Amino acid sequence: MIDLALQNLLSPMVLFFVLGLGAALARSDLSVPEAVAKLLALYLLMSIGFRGGVEVAHHGLTGQLVAAIAAGVLLSFTMPLIAYGLLRATSRLDPVNAAAVAAHYGSISAVTFVAVTGMLSQLAIAYDGYMVAVAAAMETPAIVTALMIARRYVKSDAETVERGQMMREVLFNGSIVILLGAFAIGAITGTRGATLLKPFLIDAFPGFLCLFLLDMGLVAGRGLAQGRRYLSVPVTAFAIVMPLIGATLAAALAVPIGLSPGSTAVLITLAASASYIAVPAAMRLALPQANPAIALTLSLGVTFPFNLVFGIPLYIAVAGRIAS
Amino acid sequence: MQTHPKKRIEIVTEMPMLRRITARLDEAGVTGWSVVPILAGHGQSGDWTAEGQISATRQMVMLISIVDAARLDAVLDAVFAVVSTHIGFVTVSDVAVVRPEKF
Repeated sequence: MIDLALQNLLSPMVLFFVLGLGAALARSDLSVPEAVAKLLALYLLMSIGFRGGVEVAHHGLTGQLVAAIAAGVLLSFTMPLIAYGLLRATSRLDPVNAAAVAAHYGSISAVTFVAVTGMLSQLAIAYDGYMVAVAAAMETPAIVTALMIARRYVKSDAETVERGQMMREVLFNGSIVILLGAFAIGAITGTRGATLLKPFLIDAFPGFLCLFLLDMGLVAGRGLAQGRRYLSVPVTAFAIVMPLIGATLAAALAVPIGLSPGSTAVLITLAASASYIAVPAAMRLALPQANPAIALTLSLGVTFPFNLVFGIPLYIAVAGRIAS
Repeated sequence: MQTHPKKRIEIVTEMPMLRRITARLDEAGVTGWSVVPILAGHGQSGDWTAEGQISATRQMVMLISIVDAARLDAVLDAVFAVVSTHIGFVTVSDVAVVRPEKF
């Protein structure tokens, strides 16, 4: 466990993230252009999706896929209720902001998904390719739960304007489309496609991941510096405790399904992550009264660094102990 | 050169709201609009910057449209129905154009 933690702490991925975080906190002018950051995210999701599809083409689909998706959806639906209750009981966040934050913590972070798969690859721990589909399925249910919670307190735009349109935008947000699209292409082209794209989508992955995490470190550092005033002790504690609650629930569900250690680590990490792309945009549309700086500071400034540095090695170690 | 008075509407808004606003402008019969990215800013929630962001949530855009004064109230009503509770602001200013039939 300590070896794994040290190996993670001294990995290029984490060190580049720490470099970005430190540079931002030191107010360095180091930056990654917005277009490059988006391209990197696109590339990483495309790589993961494609590799997942190739793996499914190779090994085929199993009943575990359905069970894993069902577990993911259940987690995503229920975790916002826990997060909301925890925030209301321990912090001074008002119901609308608490519901918005809860939605972030019920959904998943594609960025953290990229990080855990990168870490598993580095450790040569295999995970099932269909976990890509599980990640996609876990993105949306939390939004529905959060809107149901918030409905009591606000008349949201989503009710008066286009709730259907908003859900369509969430379901078809760019990160989901590229992840599932690349997954389908990987499944269709199989080994032939993997051989063709290996230098681009597989060999170059660790380098691009480092550059991406450098940018995430910069963004997280800026978020922390700018959003510091929202980080009261109870709210900051929530951003660390809630991932551990999500991880515990996911671990409890992964065991009866019989997921492999790698897939268990992925499911735990997904449940422990907080959304940074899809949910924030959905919350701006559905709950404009909520302050976006609170959820984003917690999600990217506290939970993501916690997961990247401490959480992921812990989840991998736990998965190795409990999974078949 | 002869010029003609028109109204210029500037809407600074959150990126996720863009599609909704442009749909309202289309419905209100606005003949054209342009979108300009905003690099960084400061507001009630503090500083923000688009630098390095992969999420649209922390990005703002400015939507510019020029309309005839007779249509201004209808356009503003349509826009306000969508943006009134959101981050951003709307300004209206007097401008002169050389091709009035375009607006």
